[in-house]
Amino acid sequence: MTIRPAAPPRTEGLRRFVRAYLRMPTGIAGLVVLIAFVGLALSAPLFIGANDLDVTKVNGPTLAAPSAHYPLGTDQPGRSVLLLVIWGSRTSLAIGVVATVLTMVVGATIGMVAGHYGGLIGRGLMHLTDWFIALPGLPLAISLAAVLGQGATSITIAIAVTSWTGTARLVRAQTLAVEARPFVERARALGARNIQIMLRQVLPNVMPLILVSSTLTVAGAILSETTLTFLGLGDPTDVSWGSMLNQAFNQGAVTGGAWWYLIPPGVAIVIVVLGFTLTGRAVETILNPRMARKS
Amino acid sequence: MLLEVEDLSVSYRTGRDSVRAVRGISFQIGAGGTLAFAGESGSGKSTVALSLLRLLPASATMTGTVRFRGESLLDVNWEMVRAVRWAGASIVFQGAMSALNPVRTIGQQIREPILLHERVGERAARIRTAELLDAVGVSEGRAGSYPHELSGGQRQRVMIAMALACRPNLVIADEPTTALDVIVQAQILNLLTDLVRDTQIGMIMISHDLSVLAETCDRMAIMYAGRIIETGPSRDMIRRPLHPYTRALAQAFPRIGDPGSRLAPAGLAGDPPDLRQDIDGCAFAPRCDVSFGDCTTHPIELWPSGERRESACLRALPDFANRLPDPAAVAEDAS
Amino acid sequence: MSTPILEIRDLRVTYRPQRRRRAARAVDQVNLSIGSGEIVALIGESGCGKSTLARALVGLVKPTGGEIRYDGKPLGYHTSALRRYRRNVQLVLQDPGGALNPRQNVFDAVAEGPRLHGLRSDLNRRVYGALERAGIRPPENFVARYPHELSGGQQQRVVIAGALALEPSVIVADEPVSSLDASVRGEILRLILDLRRDLGLSALVVSHDLGLAWNIADRVAVMYLGRIVESGPVGDILLHPRHPYTQALIAVLPDAERTVRPKLLGGEPPDPTMIPRGCRFHPRCARRAAYDGKDPRTELCTSTEVPVLAAQGLAGEMVACHLADVDTPVEVPVDE
Repeated sequence: MTIRPAAPPRTEGLRRFVRAYLRMPTGIAGLVVLIAFVGLALSAPLFIGANDLDVTKVNGPTLAAPSAHYPLGTDQPGRSVLLLVIWGSRTSLAIGVVATVLTMVVGATIGMVAGHYGGLIGRGLMHLTDWFIALPGLPLAISLAAVLGQGATSITIAIAVTSWTGTARLVRAQTLAVEARPFVERARALGARNIQIMLRQVLPNVMPLILVSSTLTVAGAILSETTLTFLGLGDPTDVSWGSMLNQAFNQGAVTGGAWWYLIPPGVAIVIVVLGFTLTGRAVETILNPRMARKS
Repeated sequence: MLLEVEDLSVSYRTGRDSVRAVRGISFQIGAGGTLAFAGESGSGKSTVALSLLRLLPASATMTGTVRFRGESLLDVNWEMVRAVRWAGASIVFQGAMSALNPVRTIGQQIREPILLHERVGERAARIRTAELLDAVGVSEGRAGSYPHELSGGQRQRVMIAMALACRPNLVIADEPTTALDVIVQAQILNLLTDLVRDTQIGMIMISHDLSVLAETCDRMAIMYAGRIIETGPSRDMIRRPLHPYTRALAQAFPRIGDPGSRLAPAGLAGDPPDLRQDIDGCAFAPRCDVSFGDCTTHPIELWPSGERRESACLRALPDFANRLPDPAAVAEDAS
Repeated sequence: MSTPILEIRDLRVTYRPQRRRRAARAVDQVNLSIGSGEIVALIGESGCGKSTLARALVGLVKPTGGEIRYDGKPLGYHTSALRRYRRNVQLVLQDPGGALNPRQNVFDAVAEGPRLHGLRSDLNRRVYGALERAGIRPPENFVARYPHELSGGQQQRVVIAGALALEPSVIVADEPVSSLDASVRGEILRLILDLRRDLGLSALVVSHDLGLAWNIADRVAVMYLGRIVESGPVGDILLHPRHPYTQALIAVLPDAERTVRPKLLGGEPPDPTMIPRGCRFHPRCARRAAYDGKDPRTELCTSTEVPVLAAQGLAGEMVACHLADVDTPVEVPVDE
């Protein structure tokens, strides 16, 4: 029998990762939570119609306590809080994920370039990062949203602009550590260009860190979305967890004792943030063997 | 006897498997005696060193007896072990850079065990530190330096000074000269030899370079797959290695001027056995160029093989010649 | 004598100092040539500039002066010339564990070079062939493994296979066996000899280990403080060293048969930011000390630089010493 030379399948690493992940109960719990929320968010249009959300078309009781028909009660215009929470997850998750992707792309690129080149480029980029870090986050986000106008897009951009600096610093530090290792020198001796070293040698070794930090950033972004929308920077017609809290506050749910209006979005935020955090920790434990050994 | 080890075994738990790193070894060292452990990585030589001071990770289990100055080390409480670690026996690790604390001066690091274990004042500890640095050939003025300000050889000297800080009876040197240049290596080896000769400290030295060990240690024990496979006086072992593995190790570093090794480096093909498995017969047989049928079936132990020498090879048995298969049968087998 | 495949002429590498520090003359006027199919060992202590020289040879460090000639043509430092050059001259590093990207399997590690150079057709055959040449057999059992699943010897073979995949004509190996087990050492050295025999590869092997030179090299060059102090055929230099530094290096090699203790070289390892006047070895030189006041030429040791050695090919030995023709006592009895 002759064996034809063949490259090994690329899925091997992924398969190992999945096997290791399935051995972690907290990771599975986090993932189940996320899948449940994402599933609900994606399938929401199937069971929630415009009639359930439009304040002019609903006909439920005002601020009714939870009942068999309205498991989580209703809000001022008479909409079901349960349906609002489910529908709100769409905006909150979308903003959280998109803002995180933006954060990661910008932060990782700047961090890696700064770490790889050093010198004038590296110092310049790090000064830029420091400058952004020195800017107060919330006022910057508020003024950005004011300039860009209310709405999900401006909130997403505002979150990304204020959070990429952390990723950039993290990735730069990791890039410096990776570049000091001999395999980078080996790649250079094999004839790799700068861009090839960054993409083929540094990025795969920085990726785990980016992944882990992105799960934690999503959690932060969802909280920021809530904060910014609560402060009134979102689109008032859009339903999101932040806007629900905002309206609950404005419509006197707190003083009126309508806890069912206030608590569900809050609990949803806590659970989703927890889900992302658990997933992130699990990924970190697998991808960072030194941590795995300690646990 | 300074140190008596009998039937020491160490295994590490890793997931479902258990790696049996050390598989029942016995040896002794008297005051001022020097013993070398040699072998490949994974042969268990470093595990032996760590187990003597109970420095093994929590996943390891030890059985057997280790007596240090008559006291069994495996039964005593941790306080006792801790006292033994500094005052009785101490260890010099390889890679002095990572074993030293980068943010404390070397003076502080040498003083620390003295203050802790000898119950002396700061002044006395400083004087002792200066003496120690002088003894290892580092100028006293260096006490205020940080590890990164020293050269590799000086750092290794500082490590030795730290090991000597509490006047131990036994020093364990784990690859003390690996990664050092030849000249610095010779300086460190001379230093250790002089210390042993002048202070009657017992020493265990671990390395994979037999020529280094033969220069510094009286006796030598070669380890393979967790067992001692040959032991005896160092120079005699290098001159007349009996076990094929000892021979391979002895030839690994050539003697300059030896025509046999010119443009002909001697290596040893193959890998050491999987230590999760039980091993029947001789563990080295699969890599041995002179093994035969009996090697994988006959129980192997250390047999006397010469003056003060023992060897775990069937070749050491008096009736060895009768055991060899008939050359004609071998030829038939091969065809 | 045929033209050398690699020739170093008057090479200098000076590291730019940080503020208020002296410049480090890591490589300070080195001439060296490597013939086709020749194995040259470059021997010296850490800090002597041997690793810098190796990196300059593969174009990782740009020289401050002098030139490197490959196949008679000087090496240019613009990107495309360097890339072409790197297909021919490959580097093997000391620590094989670190030289392999932990997130690349064996196949990708070996395929890295061909992919970087756009040699994608027949990639599989190239990778398998290189692995087989480097002694990873059978390759199909190893291609999917990751570096941490290999032994030290196997890792070094994969690194060598990665270099071979580009079909180079010269390999520059920086301490290729110093981090490996004694049993593996000989195997890797034999591999280098086999590659020379089968492929006609030339090699420059950088090491602090004179035994390695004895094991595999045709010619040896001994480097001290950025300059070559003695060079010539291995048999001549190692058996009859004439430079006091080479003598000191050989004298300290561990030897179980020895009954006298070698006289150790005194002083600190050399510092390339402070190169002494005159002969750069004179502060540590036992020969100068022995003849001080007895031979008028010892004056030269402290005042006059020793002429730089030329890059003679396979020809005879050369030594950079003012007192090359007198001998030094290098040994003292063990029980002094």
